[in-house]
Amino acid sequence: MPNNIYLDYASTTPTDPEVVKAMQPYWNDVYGNPSSLYSMGQKSKKALIAARSAIADTFSCQPEEIIFTGGGTESINLAIKGLFQYQKEPRHMITSAIEHHAVIDSAESITRQGHAVSILPVDEDGLVNLKDLETAIKDNTLLVSIMLANNEVGTIQDIRAIGNFIEKLNKKRVAKDLPKIFFHTDACQAAGALDLDVQKLHVDMMTINGSKIYGPKGIGVLYKKRDVPLTALVSGGGQERNLRSGTENVPGIIGLAKALELAEKNKKKENARLSKMRDWLIEQILQIPKTRLNGHPTKRLANNINISILDIEGEATLLYLDEIGVQASTGSACTSESLEPSHVIRALGRPYEAAHGSIRFTLGKHTTQKDLKYLVSKLPDIVEHLRKASPVDVDMDTLDKSIKTFPREITEL
Amino acid sequence: MSKTKSVAADVDIVPKGTDEDWVYTQTIKEHFFSPQNLITDASKMKDYDGLGMVGSPACGDMMKVWIRVDKKADKIKEMKWQTFGCGSAISATSMLSVMVSEKGGMQIEDALKIKPQDITARLGGLPTRKIHCSVLGDKALLSAINNYFLKSKQKDRVIKESKRMIDKIAKVTDHDIEEAVLEGAHDLAAVQKKTKAGIGNPSVIPEIEQLIRFYTEKYFG
Repeated sequence: MPNNIYLDYASTTPTDPEVVKAMQPYWNDVYGNPSSLYSMGQKSKKALIAARSAIADTFSCQPEEIIFTGGGTESINLAIKGLFQYQKEPRHMITSAIEHHAVIDSAESITRQGHAVSILPVDEDGLVNLKDLETAIKDNTLLVSIMLANNEVGTIQDIRAIGNFIEKLNKKRVAKDLPKIFFHTDACQAAGALDLDVQKLHVDMMTINGSKIYGPKGIGVLYKKRDVPLTALVSGGGQERNLRSGTENVPGIIGLAKALELAEKNKKKENARLSKMRDWLIEQILQIPKTRLNGHPTKRLANNINISILDIEGEATLLYLDEIGVQASTGSACTSESLEPSHVIRALGRPYEAAHGSIRFTLGKHTTQKDLKYLVSKLPDIVEHLRKASPVDVDMDTLDKSIKTFPREITEL
Repeated sequence: MSKTKSVAADVDIVPKGTDEDWVYTQTIKEHFFSPQNLITDASKMKDYDGLGMVGSPACGDMMKVWIRVDKKADKIKEMKWQTFGCGSAISATSMLSVMVSEKGGMQIEDALKIKPQDITARLGGLPTRKIHCSVLGDKALLSAINNYFLKSKQKDRVIKESKRMIDKIAKVTDHDIEEAVLEGAHDLAAVQKKTKAGIGNPSVIPEIEQLIRFYTEKYFG
């Protein structure tokens, strides 16, 4: 019995051995502080500069526009809180209902400083509507933050179109003497799968991290266009152009650069391989009665499968899957702190019972068709067993109707 | 489905945003993977003496309980159940069914005294945040016993809840909210963490918030 089928790559990835190898010298041989003048410090500094340049090349930006942080969450916090802390007047931010908690909670925190936040709804596949964005924009809007690809349901937003729209609007706003709107995208899940060229995406800020792309944990990047004014959240020695003090995590940075390099190199081939397996698995699981796909059928990450299995609860399914050696995740309330099921699945318009029963499988480079066949051979029995034990019998027509009639409105935080 | 062989390691689930080390005990796992007294075909449950139900799929937990009663001895002979919910919800209902039917059955009087804490203790413990939400079996049992009282013309024995039902879907009473406040939950989010009140039924949230303020002032004001 294969006892370790990891299908939770969207949660985190194993570190690539090549990444580990690239990081190796920077633990014990070249451990100097990049700020030190002696040669070992300068060696660290040189490696740091090379890593920064390589990442900048991938992003099509300048090396000085790359800020290293302690992870994706920190990058997002810096992008949002850092931008708003700089402001003297109350300003406005727009984001979507399916963002990561790092975005939503940072947005909530700026409202306590007197700023306002509008949350855009998404359609039943998880896409933001450009018209809603247009409606939400105010004269004092300062930031729009929309994720490139969603971590739970894999939906890919048309960031280029949104970026283009904001860029054009900014030209009009300048003419009207209105302040510029900055555009940030959380690309943590997109890295390694989608194009990260910030020119093509038309973004002013972008976040990625190491732990989702076979790189080390605890290292992130914030791309910040030169004209974006940020206040540092971490003060001290003035590293990262005064925006993120603290001795640079040299091994982490080297590892992240290497991981990004490998991810870019393998992207096309891996996307093709994974999307084929994804489509097969979706088709197989949807053959189980009373199941619904969450997220967009085609505009979705090549590795993401998220399906609601009705009448049973996600955590119970996960426990059974774990028992047969399959590791996956759920949007059920039982694994969340708040006992609220996934805000992402809810925002798609799925009722609570569908969110409680959602299961996410995310594929990665060690996933094989054999693994998925094994899963498919076991999952229907697990579902049947749990359904037999369940007193619930959700009516699927009612469910589908409630998705259609779900209120999709811009809300204010 | 055939019983799967248990893997050696404990299942470890750490809820997001908490440092809680959440390990299901061996007893919980045993009841989860081999539930006792579970009914897999509810249509066959015809000659029962009492039926009770609690929760809803919207709140993430729902339990249905059937009992058979030894009327002469006033004892519960048998308890059958179905549960929609997470691992601890399924295990807790299974454990409750064992508790009321073991050793020839439990006196109804004693069955009415079972508290979530008693079930939790027999399971070898549960994280506190899981007790209020997933151990609903005692409420389902109470509802089944009341149903039995009604069906067997013992109306005078029906346990009238002196408590006031606040959230009918989650079956949360004012007493539950009072208890949550006493345990340190002083805002809606914290009370919901403990009781699930209003989660599947947002229309009652204003009333819940009022009660939280009332009890917070009463005990901590």
